[in-house]
Amino acid sequence: MAVETTLAATKGNLLNFAFVDENTKREIRRKLLKAVAIPGYQVPFASRELPIARGWGTGGLQITMAIIGPDDILKVIDQGCDGVVNAVNLRNLLVKTTGVATTYRTEEATIIQTRHRIPEKALRNDQILVLQVPYPEPLRRVEPSEQVTRQMHGENDYSLAWLDLYERVVRWGEITIGSQYPVLVNGRYIMSPSPIPRWDLPKLNMAETLFLFGAGREKRIYALPPYTSVKPLEFEDYRFRVEDFSGKCCHRCGSTKSYLDETYNAAGGERFYTCSDSDFCDERLRNGKGKGSADA
Amino acid sequence: MGYVAVKGGTVAVENAEKLAKYFRLKGRSPVLKVEQIRDQLRFMVDRAMSEGSIYAPDLAAIAVKQAEGDPMEAAFILRAYRSTQPRDFYSLVGDTRQMRVIRRISATFKDVPGGQILGPTRDYTVRLLNYELAQETEEAARCFVDEFLSDILADEFQEPPIFPKIVDLLREQGLLKASPGLEMTKPDADITRDGLTFPATRAARLQVLARGETGGMVTLAYTTMRGYGNIHPTLGELRVGYLPLKIKHPAGHGELVVGEVLVTEAEVVSQSFVSEAGKGEGKPTFTIGYGLCFGQNEEKAIAMAILERAIDTREPQAPAQDEEFVLSHVDGIEAAGFTAHWKLPHYVTFQSELDRIRKSRTVKENGK
Repeated sequence: MAVETTLAATKGNLLNFAFVDENTKREIRRKLLKAVAIPGYQVPFASRELPIARGWGTGGLQITMAIIGPDDILKVIDQGCDGVVNAVNLRNLLVKTTGVATTYRTEEATIIQTRHRIPEKALRNDQILVLQVPYPEPLRRVEPSEQVTRQMHGENDYSLAWLDLYERVVRWGEITIGSQYPVLVNGRYIMSPSPIPRWDLPKLNMAETLFLFGAGREKRIYALPPYTSVKPLEFEDYRFRVEDFSGKCCHRCGSTKSYLDETYNAAGGERFYTCSDSDFCDERLRNGKGKGSADA
Repeated sequence: MGYVAVKGGTVAVENAEKLAKYFRLKGRSPVLKVEQIRDQLRFMVDRAMSEGSIYAPDLAAIAVKQAEGDPMEAAFILRAYRSTQPRDFYSLVGDTRQMRVIRRISATFKDVPGGQILGPTRDYTVRLLNYELAQETEEAARCFVDEFLSDILADEFQEPPIFPKIVDLLREQGLLKASPGLEMTKPDADITRDGLTFPATRAARLQVLARGETGGMVTLAYTTMRGYGNIHPTLGELRVGYLPLKIKHPAGHGELVVGEVLVTEAEVVSQSFVSEAGKGEGKPTFTIGYGLCFGQNEEKAIAMAILERAIDTREPQAPAQDEEFVLSHVDGIEAAGFTAHWKLPHYVTFQSELDRIRKSRTVKENGK
């Protein structure tokens, strides 16, 4: 058969609204409802392959594709930034298949898809934050088998997770977990908040916003509905602590109240800091804060 | 000092794409035709279909061209295409006894009913680099095909025979017992529509393996052959051929043949001295491991059969016997995707780790 014949038969099928077929969206919405009903519980879903590689945000993308409508205003960030190549790539796919309006401004967005950060600005109840998740299982650090960890969750058996924290304190004098710090959700499930820094964890607790978590490769969806209690695991004498940026500020906007990226000058190797949340930083500059201008 | 992270991403992505296209075409050699890939790079196309989990030779050939011959990338492109397609039908359970066989061999008996049919294989060809291919002309190729066909057509036309199954021989003698986990089940799972959970049903296991990455599966199966698992398989039968694909008639008038697919099927038999569960003592029997994949991909089908047999145990003694270990890691699209994702920026998480390392060092130095 001529290749042309095959192509004629497949024409027009390529770009459904938001890429995946409607049955897939329905499945994901059903799983999202379940996830919202059981905060912090990981719901298995079939997870479609997307034209974005596994591990590059396919879980978050599928959730966004399942909930997005033509009137939504979309913001996509990676490392807090709208302009980095991966955020651009994911946004392009969503815009190409939905035609929705996009924004860099946190307060304008109705859906924000993110990797590794929660925006600094407090989110509202008419916004949804979709987080991309590489490792949905918070117990994977202590137990490699999925079958076993699901049983541990079922039986509320979190002794190994606590032991892990304790051993870190004994060995290193600190709870040495950097990002994706485990949290207890609604007093029931231990949950991975995705690899957001500890800095962002307080934003999850009793928030106004709906948080949806998607792990495409691991095929799990979970959620935090508004006003859910989210508590980082900690001991009375060894407290959970956010990243310490004392004595440092953003070299652009001068902020001392945002998560900072450590950067090295390409020429001299001089160390400086910039806001990880680019919109937060840009807004401060627009409002006349800071030392330099955007093009400096 | 520029704040480069925000600006420039869009332009960089566009330029990178352009540059990749330039690298594909900069040699100015004649542009590859999709038909050429489909017809002359059969194994690459077959592998892309098998791992891409969609039977579409033309589309697979486009994917191979688009991926510049990277089989994992080609499979990935096909998988993404697959996600745009709704599932309208389930095929009826196929019977590989009905296969239009082009190749069929067995390692169990010297003479087997139906005979050994080598078919198109390079197994017994000495692999010397063939310099002549560098000079191959279209005319010579056409002459070869014409001559070859006229030789065959000169013989009297014979309808291709239906080959009996070797494992049926063993089954008739009661030597082949399906162990509890390997009993034939109805297709009770669709891993593309329901998330995989453990323990997985046999149907789910076979589906995961059928679209697994060839290299990874061969590696895992090899570990069981070498010593990490103690599976001693004998290849009961390997067959390659065209399998009719049937669906229920949408209007309910019986069955409908919608086409045929080229598949490779492998059945390995392996000794089992484990007593049957719940029956106290059991007689030693053979058990079977089953492999089937799209296209002609014999090592994958054999590896699949061995792995299917290997993971059918409640107490794994080796990595490749652990169902979760095998099924969670054989998907090439997932493994390659996640391996590649380390190229993405990890500034935020790394900053968080830096904070912990620095803090922990301070605590150690100052004794808190």
